[in-house]
Amino acid sequence: MREPKRKTLKRKGTGGRAAHDVGGLAFGRIDREEHDLALWEKRTDAMLRLLVTPGKRAFTVDGLRRVIEDYGQQEYDRTTYYEKWIRAVRNLVVEQEIVTRSEVEARMEEIGARYAKAGRRAPKGKIPW
Amino acid sequence: MKARARPGRNARGAARFAPGDAVRVAGRDALGHCRTPWYLRGKIGIIASVHGSFRDPESLAYHKPGLPAHVLYKVRFKQSAIWGAYKGPDSDQLEADIFEHWLELLDRANRE
Amino acid sequence: MHNDHDHGHPHGKDHDSGPVGAYEMLEEAVRTLLIERGVLTAQEIAASVDLMDSRSPALGAKVVARAWADPAFKKLLLADTRAALMRMGIDIGPAPEFATVENTARVHNVIVCTLCSCYPKMLLGIPPAWYKSLAYRSRTVADPRGVLAEFGVEIPSSVEVRVHDSTADLRYVVLPMRPKGTRGWSQDQLAAIVTRDCMIGTARCRVQ
Repeated sequence: MREPKRKTLKRKGTGGRAAHDVGGLAFGRIDREEHDLALWEKRTDAMLRLLVTPGKRAFTVDGLRRVIEDYGQQEYDRTTYYEKWIRAVRNLVVEQEIVTRSEVEARMEEIGARYAKAGRRAPKGKIPW
Repeated sequence: MKARARPGRNARGAARFAPGDAVRVAGRDALGHCRTPWYLRGKIGIIASVHGSFRDPESLAYHKPGLPAHVLYKVRFKQSAIWGAYKGPDSDQLEADIFEHWLELLDRANRE
Repeated sequence: MHNDHDHGHPHGKDHDSGPVGAYEMLEEAVRTLLIERGVLTAQEIAASVDLMDSRSPALGAKVVARAWADPAFKKLLLADTRAALMRMGIDIGPAPEFATVENTARVHNVIVCTLCSCYPKMLLGIPPAWYKSLAYRSRTVADPRGVLAEFGVEIPSSVEVRVHDSTADLRYVVLPMRPKGTRGWSQDQLAAIVTRDCMIGTARCRVQ
């Protein structure tokens, strides 16, 4: 099931408030529809939980939050929870020099090619860094 | 990666504030990652409890060790003190976990 | 590396056909690279997925039922939630810490995380999408009674509504009030009326 396209909401008169810091704003009605998580979302959750444990020493959950907070307002509003987090994991493993940016991009190309070969359309655009 | 002292144990001696103290949340801008929400900046509340010492998330977010650990407090606010036009009863309250370096002492609680 | 479907894990979304999402591809890219680097193994990722699948509101409901039935356990739950959960064989992991807030005749508690979506996952499992929504995160602190009304909950003005914004390394769970008409119930019967939303504060437990 595809996630609905999300609006971005310009935050008028918010002064020095960061885009993620939304307490007190009025984002409208709460959509209470429940969604099952896709396997990729559960794996994202699992990876970030593993990567922040002391034994792994990859990065902290604070670092993940910081990367997400640094997304622009539009990007922040338009992406779903797990879209934000997998992008943050990607950025942090590169920031921590566990993998390189070009390795990630090359792997994305390979995966895209595999899906194309299987007759499944893969998205053209890149996920912004 | 996140290490912390036992709740309250190291903090009791080191904590600047105690339950009942009136405090104000600092009004300054954050420098990067910050867990003191915008809507509480400059607001007055009281210390509800002392959580103990934790590494500083503002520093942990940038791969630094976040030391020295700072004391974390549960701070209680009247909703009418936070929001100009709070619609609910005056008895409604809100609590948030705020670090010591974001709090200023206004008044010590009366202690027996 | 082939994207294993790993049929041990129930999940939504058919991804055997149709267009594939960019983020789904990114997850595979990151996961396979981390496995190749020896940072993670496929087994520990699968085990971690299993672990989170095993945590759910049903687990929280058992804890609430025990607290209702056993005053000594309730006292421990409120004083040291981690220790109380451990006593029930529930290990919440090294961090973050948990705390329980009790609903009474005088106070009704509601949990939110305005800054991201902090939630007691190691007890209740994955939070619902609405808990993570900008609408819930933005409005609950400023208009909790309006939000509760949307959930069909009306708290009398004589009862304090107390919102907890999870801004640091503590995760909050609400111990809801035990409803009238449950005297003599077994813990299983009690657990059956404790829903996820009761433990967030957006519902009250009711005899059904």
